Amino acid sequence: MAMPEWLRRRRSKHENGEEAGTWTKCPKCQEVIYRKDLVENLSVCPRCHYHFRMHAFDRISLIVDNDFAEVGGDILPGDPLEWIDKKSYPQKLAADREKSQLTEGVICGFGTLAGFPIALGVMDFNFRGGTMGTVVGERITILLESARERRLPCIIFTASGGARMEEGMLALMQMAKITSAVTRFMEDGNLFVTVLTDPTTGGVSASFAFQSDVVVAEAKAMIGFAGRRVIEQTIRQKLPENFQTAEFLLEKGHVDMVVERAEMKPALARILDYSLGGHEVAS
Amino acid sequence: MNVIVEREKGLLELEKRIAELRTLNANQPVDLSAEIAALQGKYAQIQREVFGAMSPWQRVNMARHPSRPVAGDYLAALDRFDELHGDRHYRDDPAVIGGFAKLDGRRIMAVGQQRGRDTKENLRRNFGMVTPEGYRKVKRLVLLAVRLGLPVVTFVDTKGADPGIGSEERAQSEAIASCLYAFCSARVPIVATIVGEGGSGGALALAIADRVIMLEHSVYSVASPEGCAAILWGDAGKAEEAASRLKLTSEDLHAFGIIDEIVPEPLGGAHRDAAGLIAATLQRVAVALDGLRALTSSRLLEERYRKYRRIGAWQGRNRETLSAVR
Repeated sequence: MAMPEWLRRRRSKHENGEEAGTWTKCPKCQEVIYRKDLVENLSVCPRCHYHFRMHAFDRISLIVDNDFAEVGGDILPGDPLEWIDKKSYPQKLAADREKSQLTEGVICGFGTLAGFPIALGVMDFNFRGGTMGTVVGERITILLESARERRLPCIIFTASGGARMEEGMLALMQMAKITSAVTRFMEDGNLFVTVLTDPTTGGVSASFAFQSDVVVAEAKAMIGFAGRRVIEQTIRQKLPENFQTAEFLLEKGHVDMVVERAEMKPALARILDYSLGGHEVAS
Repeated sequence: MNVIVEREKGLLELEKRIAELRTLNANQPVDLSAEIAALQGKYAQIQREVFGAMSPWQRVNMARHPSRPVAGDYLAALDRFDELHGDRHYRDDPAVIGGFAKLDGRRIMAVGQQRGRDTKENLRRNFGMVTPEGYRKVKRLVLLAVRLGLPVVTFVDTKGADPGIGSEERAQSEAIASCLYAFCSARVPIVATIVGEGGSGGALALAIADRVIMLEHSVYSVASPEGCAAILWGDAGKAEEAASRLKLTSEDLHAFGIIDEIVPEPLGGAHRDAAGLIAATLQRVAVALDGLRALTSSRLLEERYRKYRRIGAWQGRNRETLSAVR
């Protein structure tokens, strides 16, 4: 399997295209960084180690060896509630498609990681804040179902503001739908790994993100159920700086490990190795 | 300020007047029955105007009505209820009550989200907002029910899961996620009833079920109208508009195939005849349980899987347009 053309194109846009020559500022330490240097450093600030939010295409390129076959890419959003607030839902979708070059908030498919065949899902905050609507639900469900059929480990990178309000209760129900698929996948003895990236909140963190066998958190990621603003409004005081960070969650015992972006692929490869097992259970 | 409570004030005044006139009529020779009939006619007319066709926002307020029956009222109406406490780790969450119960002789595990009936009780019960310990208690009771082969019956009524610092520190996400997992994989029938407000993931954690029943004026929503308005309009004052867009009424959700049946409420809301409404609701639960009893556990799980599997509204290029809309 070759790396699909769209993935190669997307990667080169950062590396050689119009974006490569520009400057960008680290939102945490205000360091001004040459875009090309930032990309070479895997979008991690060289000064403060802030992990910039990563585009799904770049993430896939970073994780798979050099192959990726997408599944569920033909599933596209409808407008079941005929939603309108300041803009209509179809207008918002069109704007996000343009801005992100994505068709929805998650890309799912099959590839290999350090030689291990895997099912891989990558959510992207650039599309509707990574919110989970019915397309995200359907694509992830298809991924888990086909991974179960093929008896492959499944890794999902999460980045989400929660359930997508523009799809109302149909969106909330995706928590139930994906959980159903997770139970079948896991009960068949398959390994499920989630990697929580910045930010992972709401209906995604309160469902499959924390249902996996191994919960990995990317360094510095913000992870929680309620958003920081909601909590501050409720308790009417400022929260400590490290509250809801990956490091805070590790200390509290909520995640198995915190991994820097540069170490992510080798760390996942080490976990995948154990999924091969050792002891043959007599049946 | 609850818009339903406000509108009820005029009706309560009229009710008092009618009662006064009746007493007067019985104790003196002047015949007031014409006046009484006129007032009763006016009362009925106002009642129809106020409650005949309620807007989604009025439904939200009805679902939050301080006199609306709470989960504990349904549990108290069962033949027997033996409460079990605590999550075995940290504490007993008063926002969830649950335990062994009997419904017309059927042995069940009953669980409900309990908001308070007054300010004092609301403070103790955290306004029905469940903390991680509450969800862990529910999960424990569901696993126990599975071991003993008891069907699970839930009563859902919460603004949402508790969003406090303590809940974050004690892994609210994981608690809800595990609860969802337990409901999806439970090899016993589950019947859920939305009796008040079904607020987001905090409500769903008790509402994955083979049969979902909803009271006519209950609401069930991806986010509170206030929260949705704050995020999408940048103005919490747009809650009424958000409520009208979110499709959170029982009729909307029935059309989407998200709930299975609706229990009609008396004109003026559940609290106008709480005992009758609770009896009717429990009757529906009993019928639903009997309908599920014949299924083997693998068939039950398969049908539950399919039920949630098909919920969505997307378009596929290489497949027919799929939709859960009935």
